[in-house]
Amino acid sequence: MNGDRYYHSLRRNILGIILAVSLLPLLMIAAIAGWQFHTAYRHKVVDHLSELVNNHARHIDTFLQEKLSDIQVLAAVHPVDRLKDEKFLGRLLILLQEKHGGVFVDLGLVDARGFQQAYAGPFQLTQARYTDAPWFQEALARPYTISDVFLGLRGLPHFIVAVRIGEGADAWVVRSTIDFVAFNRLVENLRIGRTGQAFIVNRQGEFQTRPNREPDLPPQELLAGLQPQKVSHDLPAVPAEGSVPGRVPGRAPSAPSDDVRPFWTERRVPETGRSLLVFSRPLKGGQWILFYLQDVQDAFSDLYRARRLSLGVLVLSALAVAGTAWTLSRRVVNRIIQVDREKEMMNEQVIEAGKLASIGELAAGIAHEINNPVAIMVEEAGWVEDLLGDLEKGEPLDVEEVRRSLSQIRTQGARCKEITHKLLSFARRTDPTVQQVQLNKLVQEVVGLVEQRAKYAGVRIRTHLTDGIPWVSMSPAEMQQVLLNLVNNALDAMEKTGGTLDITTRFEDGRVIVDVADTGEGIPPANLQRIFDPFFTTKPVGRGTGLGLSICYGIVKKMGGDITVNSAVGVGTAFHVYLPAGDGVERERAENPKEEEDGSNDGFAGG
Amino acid sequence: MDRTMVLLVDDEVPFVETMTKRLGKRGFHILKAFNGPQALEVLDDDDKVDVVILDVKMPGMDGIETLREIRKRRPLVEVIMLTGHATVETAIEGMRLGAFDYLMKPCDIEDLSAKVQEAKKKKARHEQKILEAKAHAIALRRGD
Repeated sequence: MNGDRYYHSLRRNILGIILAVSLLPLLMIAAIAGWQFHTAYRHKVVDHLSELVNNHARHIDTFLQEKLSDIQVLAAVHPVDRLKDEKFLGRLLILLQEKHGGVFVDLGLVDARGFQQAYAGPFQLTQARYTDAPWFQEALARPYTISDVFLGLRGLPHFIVAVRIGEGADAWVVRSTIDFVAFNRLVENLRIGRTGQAFIVNRQGEFQTRPNREPDLPPQELLAGLQPQKVSHDLPAVPAEGSVPGRVPGRAPSAPSDDVRPFWTERRVPETGRSLLVFSRPLKGGQWILFYLQDVQDAFSDLYRARRLSLGVLVLSALAVAGTAWTLSRRVVNRIIQVDREKEMMNEQVIEAGKLASIGELAAGIAHEINNPVAIMVEEAGWVEDLLGDLEKGEPLDVEEVRRSLSQIRTQGARCKEITHKLLSFARRTDPTVQQVQLNKLVQEVVGLVEQRAKYAGVRIRTHLTDGIPWVSMSPAEMQQVLLNLVNNALDAMEKTGGTLDITTRFEDGRVIVDVADTGEGIPPANLQRIFDPFFTTKPVGRGTGLGLSICYGIVKKMGGDITVNSAVGVGTAFHVYLPAGDGVERERAENPKEEEDGSNDGFAGG
Repeated sequence: MDRTMVLLVDDEVPFVETMTKRLGKRGFHILKAFNGPQALEVLDDDDKVDVVILDVKMPGMDGIETLREIRKRRPLVEVIMLTGHATVETAIEGMRLGAFDYLMKPCDIEDLSAKVQEAKKKKARHEQKILEAKAHAIALRRGD
């Protein structure tokens, strides 16, 4: 039986449907929402960081602009002669330091040759020579300069803000050193998360601020990743309070800094395999670049946490769904198996009941059939008793007559035995297992069972059994019942009138066919539709169960066959049973040749 | 008393043969028939038959039909039905149609011969009454 496979596939289907119906939407929602959230959140984080970097850059620009403006004002309002006075310079320095919290370290006035003519500050740098210093070269060439960070004469990192007064050989340069620590703090403040770090480099990749730790990517590499930008020596115009850069002679108004948006990119660090978010924003007219680096994992940590959480929930719910589907499908299939089993048992019981009913119908005929030989035996015994009574009276015993009687008793006993065996062979055969069955043999058995009944009903039974039809895979008990029901029905139809019952077996189009045709009263067309319905009967209450044909139908369908009926009122009815041929064609001939010989006999009986 | 003449009708030949011997031994004169039409033929040929022992279940013309026909042709002949277990109803039906009695097959031979004798007596009574009635009728007619 392929029942197990059927239940397995049933269970697989239920499982698959539940999983598909519940998991697909779940996964789709998770994927869509996750993607949307991911995109939105990334934008948000990047925008936020961009804004932050931008603000800082503007802040730094402003800082530089302010410091430069201060020196510019100083250079503009005070004549050079007064600035040569170191005491005056010192007072100016104190004033600046008071207002700016010690950002200005010192003040100095350098002549065109590069010698510092006046100096105010913590170091002894009067007459220091800056002729070859790069910042000085630049300061002479341009109206103002903010230098890169360098160690300079004093060996400490610092940078210089310088403003030129006059031109050519009479030019003077006012310079001031900016406290590196204070400047560095501007950038150090830009620290977000665990890994965020900000620093400034110049175009050569030299650090202008001290990074809190070695950045994951060297500045040169970071610079290489940037698009080449126009470098302006002008400071971007930042509307810082108190500074009006436009007033400074020789200085072109620069573009507003707002259109310089931070450029951001994602870079992989080859050594660690981690991804970095790199924000870059030019400063100081593009001479410097503010870099902000943050580990992607760190920057999007909230996003990743949310994603981990939702993935966890997704996996858990998927597991829950899968578990439920598994249990549910198992329970449903088990229930179906149980119901099927009950149904099968019920079917067997119905078939058994139908069989008992068929036997009941047979009983009348059989009882009479068995009663006749019994009566003969009783009478023969009585006859022998009579003869013995004569012997007692002194008459001679007719030994020949006694022997004849005994022989008759034996004959009738054998007849009884034959009848009971026929009945038992049917009643005892209850095994519904499928075997290879030769149909002709079954037909003959059934004909044997009903012969007596047919005789009293005046029905002539003719069998037309085709030799060598294939064997059929079926339960002999069930098939016998089908035949018996059909034959009993035919006899019922001809009980009053008598007639002919033709039973034919044939092999056509790969199917074994049994025709049971009677010349009875026929079935009205209105009833023809319903004859296979259970409990449909035209017999009086108490006579028919209405199960016979429905059982036949069930049995034949179960075997993979078909059953059809033709009927005409007053002419007769023919049932055709189509059965799928099994293997082993003509095997019967070799096994049981004797039965084959009388396969198409004329089972004439009575009439 | 005359020998009672009995017609035995059954489709089982050995049964008829043995019963013929046994009933013959008990002083009855037995005629044999193996189906309904044959029985009617015998009755037509021989009007001395007193009692018919008739099997109910026979192929072709069954016992009830035969009984109906006998009652029609020879109303005075008494009929004893022989039935198997499954045909008691048929026997009762037969009683309604005017059979004298019925017996289950196989039956005791003494019961059967007693019944046959009763039937014979009944028939004799009937005949007597008919004779008397006839005589009375003749007397009455004379008296007219």
